[in-house]
Amino acid sequence: MKNESTTTVPSDVVAPDGLSLEKARHQMPIGLNASTLVGASGSTAEMLAYLGRSETELRRFLHGLPGVDQVGAEARAASLATRSIKASAKLWALEMAVRMVDLTTLEGADTPGKVLSLCAKARRPDPADPTVPSVAAVCIYPDLVPVAKRALADSSVAVAAVATAFPSGRASLAVKLADVRDAVMAGADEVDMVIDRGAFLSGRYGLVLEEVQAVKEACGRAHLKVILETGELDTYDNVRRASYLAMIGGADFIKTSTGKVSPSATLPVALVMLEAVRDFADLTGARVGVKVAGGIRNAKDAIKYLVIVNETVGEIWLNPAHFRFGASSLLNDLLMQRSKQLTGVYAGSNDYSMS
Amino acid sequence: MPAPTTTACRDKMTWDYAPALESRAVVDIHSSYGLFIDGAFVEASDGNAYKTENPATEEVLADIAAASPADVDRAVEAAGRAQKSVWGPMPGTERAKYLYRIARIVQERSRELAVMESLDNGKPIRESRDVDVPLAAAHFFYYAGWADKLDYAGFGPDPRPLGVAGQVIPWNFPLMMAAWKLAPALAAGNTCVLKPASTTPLSALLLAEIIQQADLPPGVVNVLTGAGSVAGAALVAHPGIDKVAFTGSTEIGKDLQRALAGTGKHLTLELGGKAANIVFDDAPLDQAIEGIVNGIFFNQGEVCCAGSRLLVQESIADLVVEKLKRRLGTLRVGDPLDKNTDLGAINNAAQLEKIRSLADEGEAEGAVRWSPPCELPAHGYWFPPTVFTGVSQAHRIAQEEIFGPVLSVLTFRTPEEAVAKANNTIYGLSAGVWTEKGSRILWMAGQLRAGVVWANSFNRFDPTSPFGGYRESGFGREGGRQGLGAYLDV
Repeated sequence: MKNESTTTVPSDVVAPDGLSLEKARHQMPIGLNASTLVGASGSTAEMLAYLGRSETELRRFLHGLPGVDQVGAEARAASLATRSIKASAKLWALEMAVRMVDLTTLEGADTPGKVLSLCAKARRPDPADPTVPSVAAVCIYPDLVPVAKRALADSSVAVAAVATAFPSGRASLAVKLADVRDAVMAGADEVDMVIDRGAFLSGRYGLVLEEVQAVKEACGRAHLKVILETGELDTYDNVRRASYLAMIGGADFIKTSTGKVSPSATLPVALVMLEAVRDFADLTGARVGVKVAGGIRNAKDAIKYLVIVNETVGEIWLNPAHFRFGASSLLNDLLMQRSKQLTGVYAGSNDYSMS
Repeated sequence: MPAPTTTACRDKMTWDYAPALESRAVVDIHSSYGLFIDGAFVEASDGNAYKTENPATEEVLADIAAASPADVDRAVEAAGRAQKSVWGPMPGTERAKYLYRIARIVQERSRELAVMESLDNGKPIRESRDVDVPLAAAHFFYYAGWADKLDYAGFGPDPRPLGVAGQVIPWNFPLMMAAWKLAPALAAGNTCVLKPASTTPLSALLLAEIIQQADLPPGVVNVLTGAGSVAGAALVAHPGIDKVAFTGSTEIGKDLQRALAGTGKHLTLELGGKAANIVFDDAPLDQAIEGIVNGIFFNQGEVCCAGSRLLVQESIADLVVEKLKRRLGTLRVGDPLDKNTDLGAINNAAQLEKIRSLADEGEAEGAVRWSPPCELPAHGYWFPPTVFTGVSQAHRIAQEEIFGPVLSVLTFRTPEEAVAKANNTIYGLSAGVWTEKGSRILWMAGQLRAGVVWANSFNRFDPTSPFGGYRESGFGREGGRQGLGAYLDV
C-alpha cells in the first residue's frame, strides 16, 4: 500500500459523471419542494446554491430529509460492530488506520516542544520499523502551525489547524475568519472549523451555512473540515441536517467532534454521517470525507469504524483522502496490534514513544 | 467435504474480510443419538435410525434414532406419570427453580448450542449466537418467573395445567422453538413430549442433555426424534396427550386440526405467513432498508413471519429498490460458522427445490428477478438473496409462502391501498409499517389483520410479547401472559 498524499484523491478514484438535474430531482430527498427545483437551472451545485438563498427553502430542504430512526440506526451500528476482522484483513485495516490518523494535541499547555515531538511521531510513528507509514496529518492550534510546518516540511504529513474560535465557536464571524486566515497564512494545509451550534439549535440554518461558505472561501487551497460537534446536536436527525449544511457549504470533510464535549464520536453518529455523505455523492458526485474524533483509543474501535465505512459508503472512502481518525492515544495501540499481527507477540507500552 | 467460504455479494474488494471461523470443536457431537424418554437416552424400540447432515456441506453429522409408535407410547406414559406424581403437584416456586436452572445452563453452554444449531440448521453463527440462543434462554427465564404466580396471570385463582403436551416444532429455529414450547408448558405444570424436525434434531438433543444436567425429574421432558409422518403423527394422535402445540406448515396444521376435531385435545397452531413490510414515503429510509433486509434475509428467509412482500409507496419505489440493491451487495453469503456470514445455507434439499421452483415461477409469470453477484459454495444447499420487482398481487410469489431469501416488491398509492393489499392474503401472522408519522402507525396497526405489527422495525422478538397469527397463520399465542393461557385449563 503506497503512502499517498493526504490531499490528493487516489488515481484509481474517478469521479462519476455529473448527475443530470432530472436524476438529481428524482434522488432529492423527499420533501424538497418541486418549485425549488423549477427555480433552479443547470447543475446540481447551482440547485444547492439556490437553497442557500432563502432561509425558508433551506429549512424546507433540511426538514424534508428522510428521518433517522434512533433505534434502527443504533441497531445497525451495533450489528456492524460484531464483524470479526482477523489475520490479513486485520493487518490491512491497522495499516490503513495508521495512515488515516490526524495525530492531535489541543491543549492550553501545548508548546513548540510538544508539537515538535508530535511531528516526529507523525512522520515516523515507529522509529524502529521503517515499514510503518506516516500518519495523515497533525492537528494543532493555529499559533503552532509554523512550528509544525517547519518540522514536516519534507514529509507527506499535512498540518491541520483548528480555527473559528475552537472549540466553542462563540465569536463573531470576523474573528473566526481572522483565525482561519491566520492559520492558512502560516501554512496550514487543512482547517478544522466548528459550526455555530447555537445558531443551528435555534433554527438559524442560513447563518450556519453562510459561516461555512465564508470559512471555505477564507481557506483558499486549504482543505476544510467542518466539525458538527454531534454531542451537542443530540438527535440523529440534527446530525444528518448539519451534515448536509456543511456539505452544501463546501466542506471537504465533515467531522464529528472537537473532542472537548462528551459524547464525542460514536458508531451510530458515524453511520448517519456516512449515509449523508453517500447520499450527497449520489446527488452531486462530490465525495465528501468523514473524520471521527474524540474517544477512539484502541485499534478494535478504529476497525469498527472502518467496517462501517466499508459497508456504508464502500471502499472508495477507505483511504486517508476520505476518512480520518482524530486521535492521540490511538496511534500506539494501532502500532502494538500491528506488531502483534506481524510477530505474534505483544509489545509493551513503553516500546512505543509518547507523542 | 471442504468447508464453504464466505464471500461478499459484489466484485472483488480491496478489503475482504479474512475467514473468522467459530470453532466446531467447542461442541461434542456424538456419532449417534437415542431418544430421550423418562430421563434417559434410549435406542428406538425397533432400532431404526436416520442420518442428520450439515446443509452447508452435505456432510453427515450423526445417526439419529427414529421413534416408532411404541416409543411414542413409552414417552407419553412417562410424561403422564411425571405430570401426576411429580411435576403437577410440585409447588410453583420449585418448578421455577428448575426452569431458572435450565435457563442458566443454556447461557453457560451458549457457545456449544450456537455451533450445534449452525451446523445442523445452516444458519449463520452470528444469528444463532446473537438471536436464537439468547432468546431461548430468555424464554426459560421469563416463564420461570410465572411458575409461582399463575394465580395472578388473569386466569382466575389456582388455574390448572392441561396435563401432557405433545409439541411438534419446525427446522427453522430448532432450539428457540423448543424453548418457546417447553418453557410455558413446564411453568404451568404440564409435562412435555417434544418432537423436533427430522432435519434439525441436534440442538433439541443437546437441550435434553441440559435438562438432564439440571436434574429435571424423569419424564417431565421427553424428546422424540424421527419422521413427522411416523413419530409426529403418532404423538398428536396419542390418547394420552391433552394438548397439541404445532409450529410448521399450514398444510400439516390443517390436517392436524381435522385429526384432532372431537378428541377434546387442546390445540394451538403457528403456521405460515406472507407478511407485508409496508414502507411509506415519509419513512426513515436507511433504517427501512435495514428493516427490509432483516425482514426477508434473516435466517435465509426461512421465517414464518418473514417480510416477504415489500409494499412500498409508488412515489419512492425506484429509490428504495436502488438503495436496497446497493445494500444487498454488502451481504456475505457462505460458511455458517464464519462470524461474518450474513446468509447461510438453506436447511434441506426439499426446501431448496421449493424455493427454486417458486422463484422460477415468478420469472415465468413476468416478474423481474434480480440477485447481487453471489458466489455460492459448490456443495450444500444454497440460494442467493433474490429480489423480484414488477410483482402484482395476482402473482404466485406475492401469494404463496416461499420460505426462502426471496423478496417480492409491490407498490401502493395510499394508506388504504396499502392496508387492502397487505390484508389480501390467506395468512395473517405479521406485518411491518415504516413511517415517521406516529398516528399512521397506530391506525395501520388497527387495520392490519396480523398477529404482530412491527413499527419501524421487523423480526424483533421478546418473551414478554405474545406472538401468533390470524386465519391460515394459525391460532393461539406464544410468549407473554397469553402464552401461559395456551397451557392452562382456562
